[in-house]
Amino acid sequence: MSIEIKTATLEPVRNTFAHIERRFGDKPATRYQEATYDVASETNFHYRPLWQPDKLLQDASRTRLVMADWYAFRDPRQFYYGTYVQSRAKMQEAAESSYAFFEKRDLARLLSDDHKTQLIRYLLPLRHVEQTANLNNVYGTGQGMGTALTQAMLYNGMDRLGIAQYLSRIGLILDGNTAESLAQAKQLWMDADIWQGLRALCEEMLVTEDWFEVVVAQDMVLDTLVYDLVYSQLDAQLADSGAQDVAMLTEFMQDWWKDNQRWGDAVLKTATAESADNKALLEQWLTLWRGKAAEALAPLATEMLDEQALERALAVLDKRLNKAGLFR
Amino acid sequence: MAKKLNIKEKYRLLTRDLDWEFSYQDRKKAFPYEEFEGIKITDWSKWEDPFRLTMDSYWKYQAEKEKKLYAIFDAFQQNNGHLNVSDPRYVNALKVFLTGVSPLEYQAYQGFAHVGRQFGGVGARVACQMQAIDELRHVQTQIHAMSHYNKYFDGLQEFSHMHDRVWYLSVPKSFFNDARAAGPFEFMIAIGFSFEYVLTNLLFVPFMSGAAHNGDMATVTFGFSAQSDEARHMTLGLEVIKFLLEQHEDNVPIVQKWIDKWFWRGTRLLTIVAMMMDYMLPNKVMSWKEAWEVYFEEAGGALFKDLARYGIRMPKYSDVIEKEKEHLSHQAWWTFYTHGHAAGFHTWIPTDEELDWLSEKYPDTFDKYYRPRWELAKELEAKGERFYTSGLPQLCQTCQIPMLFTEMDNPGEICYRDHVHEGERYHFCSDGCHDIFVDEPEKYVQAWLPVHQILQGNCGGPGVEEVLSEYYRMNLGVDNMDMKGSPDEKRWKQWKGVA
Repeated sequence: MSIEIKTATLEPVRNTFAHIERRFGDKPATRYQEATYDVASETNFHYRPLWQPDKLLQDASRTRLVMADWYAFRDPRQFYYGTYVQSRAKMQEAAESSYAFFEKRDLARLLSDDHKTQLIRYLLPLRHVEQTANLNNVYGTGQGMGTALTQAMLYNGMDRLGIAQYLSRIGLILDGNTAESLAQAKQLWMDADIWQGLRALCEEMLVTEDWFEVVVAQDMVLDTLVYDLVYSQLDAQLADSGAQDVAMLTEFMQDWWKDNQRWGDAVLKTATAESADNKALLEQWLTLWRGKAAEALAPLATEMLDEQALERALAVLDKRLNKAGLFR
Repeated sequence: MAKKLNIKEKYRLLTRDLDWEFSYQDRKKAFPYEEFEGIKITDWSKWEDPFRLTMDSYWKYQAEKEKKLYAIFDAFQQNNGHLNVSDPRYVNALKVFLTGVSPLEYQAYQGFAHVGRQFGGVGARVACQMQAIDELRHVQTQIHAMSHYNKYFDGLQEFSHMHDRVWYLSVPKSFFNDARAAGPFEFMIAIGFSFEYVLTNLLFVPFMSGAAHNGDMATVTFGFSAQSDEARHMTLGLEVIKFLLEQHEDNVPIVQKWIDKWFWRGTRLLTIVAMMMDYMLPNKVMSWKEAWEVYFEEAGGALFKDLARYGIRMPKYSDVIEKEKEHLSHQAWWTFYTHGHAAGFHTWIPTDEELDWLSEKYPDTFDKYYRPRWELAKELEAKGERFYTSGLPQLCQTCQIPMLFTEMDNPGEICYRDHVHEGERYHFCSDGCHDIFVDEPEKYVQAWLPVHQILQGNCGGPGVEEVLSEYYRMNLGVDNMDMKGSPDEKRWKQWKGVA
């Protein structure tokens, strides 16, 4: 059964904006479409940037990847600002109640000293990796082409700042707000042998100029490996050894990674399918950064988990790339 | 018991402490644009965070605002909210907004993302990143607010295409291109300080107040929803200028030069707001002159008194700007009225009531200089001879506005300035624009001046009509010309059941 309220119907003159109609036909458009497609300026730029006089303000040549239409990078999550913040607000609400529960019941007291040491040594320094990911994605936003891709990179960048802040909060929970654990973790990030490869890799990404290469290195290669090692393998190890409560504090990262993978997979697939040249370029970048990342992560993975941990993570990465049509 | 952390300390640990000293690469290579402008930053740690918002709170607050905002948009569309506007002429202010202002929000999004990556200090960077994502919010919510109007009125449908091409839209576009093409610190003084902190009450607010006074629920709800974002942006603008001035005394003359430039550039850009407030709003909010006095002369004056202790003075040509408030809107609307065939919106003669309002608000200038023009236009219109100017106007090389401004002490005489650079003569609307050019000629010779481009054959043709209909994609006689007899007006009468 349904009831029907009679409203005045006025015939519209048009269904949507002309650029949306040209892409999708003369029919009502979604909010994602109207907020995303062809919003960025594309031509007749007035002045060349003083900070990069050989380029235009918007310039496709800031990456070697070539796309006929940068709006091919449709976000499968269809995130525009409104849907993005509402999705993250839901995730943070769940995280907030977990953190509150954890703190109220003082679950940190149930963690053994070994577990606490493990978290300080292996988890907390990742806040600096997340900070790097923030910069790398915001770099893509400023340098990149087409709102479909640049907005998704900014959402990713802000997510990473949020994750760095959650990791810092874990530290404050462990040390009772003295910040000692954060200081220790930073010391490890700066000096400990197991972190130097990764820190050097982060610094290298931050001076890499091609923004799509940076996105490949950070979002595709390094993130896939780190999220598997830490939020899957280390998580399982903690759970098996009686520190399963920690998962309450890292569930946000796990949920985020699932969500983010949908977008990342689509980006890889679209870029690969565009042309043989793109595919070759992506494979070249992926091989390069896969090698660097594996070398950087090896000591950490071995100490944190075991000799085979890195191999398992690399297998996850290879499967992911294969699924996107790469290396086959 | 866990120790209590105050907000400042907590924010430092959660955000500011994320940076580290590089060991494997030259940090200057990661942040390469900090030095070429001559600004000296001795210590980024002195940056005072203008707001201490962590991402979890940001998501939470912003999602609550979005939920409410989109509920209103849905209701507005479902109930044909466009029928509640005061008068169909009002929608033309929205056409100006969507083609001229919303794309600037987009450029702000790009510009803040750029500086949000490039500043070496993490506090400043994160504040800029938050502004970047807010600006993205603004452009997208504006598109969604106006999406419904686009379905029922002409002239909004090609906003993005038009922004990149149309003659008068190169004024706002080049303004923001100029800021984005500058170094990161000049961008912050241009947009963060001059534009967001000082001039936002004269751009954003008049449009939103106009919406409130004219029954436009979608736009005014967006305006309310964006208020707390704008407040954050203003505090960032203020922190930037204080930070730069406190970091090194050598920064003072550089910042002063940028203030001089960007206030002049800003007031030129605001011409279109002046015209919108005085002529395009059927229900008036206040006159442009009144807005200028309240928001610039009083509020801005107090601000510059505060900044005097750093050695900063009022922007150059403030005296000229003070005189312009009496003339700007009248000279601009007359130009659009007479070029109404080349605009992307409708123009009209003010009603008798509106002419009286203008006489009252501008007792020293309107009756003397401008009312007689409108009385003449009325006579011609009554005879069926509605007047349009043929021919292309000359544009100012800096602000790109047609040469429509007069000498402020002699409103009968158009103001022309010129300058020869490398054997080529360039033309300007004012001393302010002339000086900006002379300081950076290599930049401004690059300007994509729409009229030059048409004359060089870069915008299609051969005639102006083809340029307008094919290159600009305007529906001639539908999107533009006089409001009287337009399809917008006809439909409105149908909806309202009046003959």
